[in-house]
Amino acid sequence: MARRISTTHRVTATAAGWLVGFLIFFPILWMVLTSFKTELDAFSTPPQFLFFHWTTENYAIVQERSNYLHHAMNSIILAFGSTAVALVVAIPAAWSMAFAPTKRTRDTLLWMLSTKMMPPVGVLVPIYLLFRDGGLLDTHIGLIMVEFLANLPIVVWMLYTYFKEIPKDILEAARMDGATIGKELIFVLAPMAVPGIASTVLLNVILAWNEAFWTLNLTTVDAAPLTTFIASYSSPEGLFWAKLSAASTLAIAPILVLGWFSQKQLVRGLTFGAVK
Amino acid sequence: MGKIELVGVEKAFGNVHVIRNVHLQVEDGEFVVFVGPSGCGKSTLLRLIAGLEDTTGGKILIDGTDVSDTPPAKRGLSMVFQSYALYPHMSVRSNIGFGLRMAGMPKEERNRKVEAAAQVLNLTPYLDRRPGQLSGGQRQRVAIGRAIVREPKAFLFDEPLSNLDAALRVNMRLEIARLQDTLGTTAIYVTHDQIEAMTLADKIVVLSAGQIEQVGSPLELYDHPANLFVAGFIGSPKMNFVTGQAAAARGAATIGVRPEHIAGSRTDGEWAGTVTVAEHVGSDTFLYVAVPGIGDITMRAVGEFALKPGESVYLTPDPDRIHRFDAEGQAMLAAR
Ligand SMILES: Nc1ncnc2c1ncn2[C@@H]1O[C@H](COP(=O)(O)OP(=O)(O)OP(=O)(O)O)[C@@H](O)[C@H]1O
Ligand SMILES: [Mg+2]
Repeated sequence: MARRISTTHRVTATAAGWLVGFLIFFPILWMVLTSFKTELDAFSTPPQFLFFHWTTENYAIVQERSNYLHHAMNSIILAFGSTAVALVVAIPAAWSMAFAPTKRTRDTLLWMLSTKMMPPVGVLVPIYLLFRDGGLLDTHIGLIMVEFLANLPIVVWMLYTYFKEIPKDILEAARMDGATIGKELIFVLAPMAVPGIASTVLLNVILAWNEAFWTLNLTTVDAAPLTTFIASYSSPEGLFWAKLSAASTLAIAPILVLGWFSQKQLVRGLTFGAVK
Repeated sequence: MGKIELVGVEKAFGNVHVIRNVHLQVEDGEFVVFVGPSGCGKSTLLRLIAGLEDTTGGKILIDGTDVSDTPPAKRGLSMVFQSYALYPHMSVRSNIGFGLRMAGMPKEERNRKVEAAAQVLNLTPYLDRRPGQLSGGQRQRVAIGRAIVREPKAFLFDEPLSNLDAALRVNMRLEIARLQDTLGTTAIYVTHDQIEAMTLADKIVVLSAGQIEQVGSPLELYDHPANLFVAGFIGSPKMNFVTGQAAAARGAATIGVRPEHIAGSRTDGEWAGTVTVAEHVGSDTFLYVAVPGIGDITMRAVGEFALKPGESVYLTPDPDRIHRFDAEGQAMLAAR
């Protein structure tokens, strides 16, 4: 029997849902609004919600003062580069853990995840020194390496969960059909795991895109992504709220669009295992 | 050629011994069926032959060559899985042709072979569909197509029909029998279905707890079970076992007699009892009879035998079809 839901119940639930959604969305909305204010309006008390002098001058100034496209390009290179490298390493790793587990596989997985619990600042100095002496500061290669390593545990875990869902029989059938391990991965496992790999890629791109700790500490100009670009507006001369907001809006816009169009994949990726 | 020999094969998972000292000879072109209760190691033994599991002892020879360390792909065997294990992202055509593609066969030749196999299995109209768009029986035929197209030395089947409904199962059973007959390829077939085993096999291997209990043709096993286990396992309904007086009188610890080898009468006979359950299926009548001093006996009469629960009946076992077993459960020679 379907559960009956009264109209009042439905109305309150819907209202509550919208309220929570609005609360979560509000900071982003506020940032976008602020980006269209003058610096003076941005500071005013009480804050003005909609009735202020709308201006796009912040965007013009931001564009003039720094090279948005340069940083956006760096963000793309870092996000997709680190994701690609992570996949190359994580697919075979997840494959072996899912289909040829040993007694220690569970422990290895947990240990890998536990490295994510360590605050990155704990290894900042050694990594900084390595980068300095290796000439990796402010380079794409260096940053890709760091971001790839930082997200690797999550990528392996996600892929492992997806691979576990693939019936072992099918891989064995491929083996009986004469597929080598490489061919089994390319022709059978990877195509079957496409949805899983897609959500993993997506999540990892978003994580890498938003990653600020390492990018702020290890880049200045050449390899600096959008996070550095945003941070440059909270300068020692004081905070420029409106310009900072304009820069932030520009920085998150691409990833927001990407996220919007791939909502379904993302939700599936994040709730994987919770619902079948 | 497809002659398979198992010499003292052992398999342990950790310290659990699943297969113990199995010796078996499968001749070229022979249809061998593995039967046994659930968990006795049938699938494991098949997977050892396939190379999907590594042995922990003994040798596996194919055409005289030790393949114990050869990967599955190089053994020249093909396998049909209970779950079909089709590649869900490939068309039926690619599914069947995958093995040939892996072997590097040129596309044209591959297509020709795939189409020939599809023809034999009535799959031609479905070649461009995905497995998800097929019925269970069609999927099973694709799995079989994938196995035959590679012209293997032997087919390995692991309960291939157990996911099909009863009617389809009979059809597919006949189809498999016909196919194996025309191709003349060695086949090893795992099942726990008595009828499948009896009808398909040239040779049945009865397994229990990882060991071979008996090897023989279906009728050999039916007529001369080597021990209590095989006697109870082969045949349906199960053989009746009687211990005590009646057995001692015949010089055995246990005697066994099949339900179809007991004659029933309303008036006289060796054992007097009362019907507890009567099943009338038209072609046969199955009576479950409580016999004081003997135990519960099942008997099978051909045709209709109009008896109801509570009525008394006299049972007489056919003296020529009584099986005698010693205290260890081994069959004693000269049944009488
Ligand atoms: N990978 C494994 N690790 C540990 N034990 C296993 C493994 N695979 C099988 N076993 C054990 O080996 C025994 C035999 O298993 P197997 O699958 O061969 O049985 P089976 O005869 O095919 O049974 P069924 O008729 O139910 O399919 C079982 O007790 C099972 O628990
Ligand atoms: Mg099995």
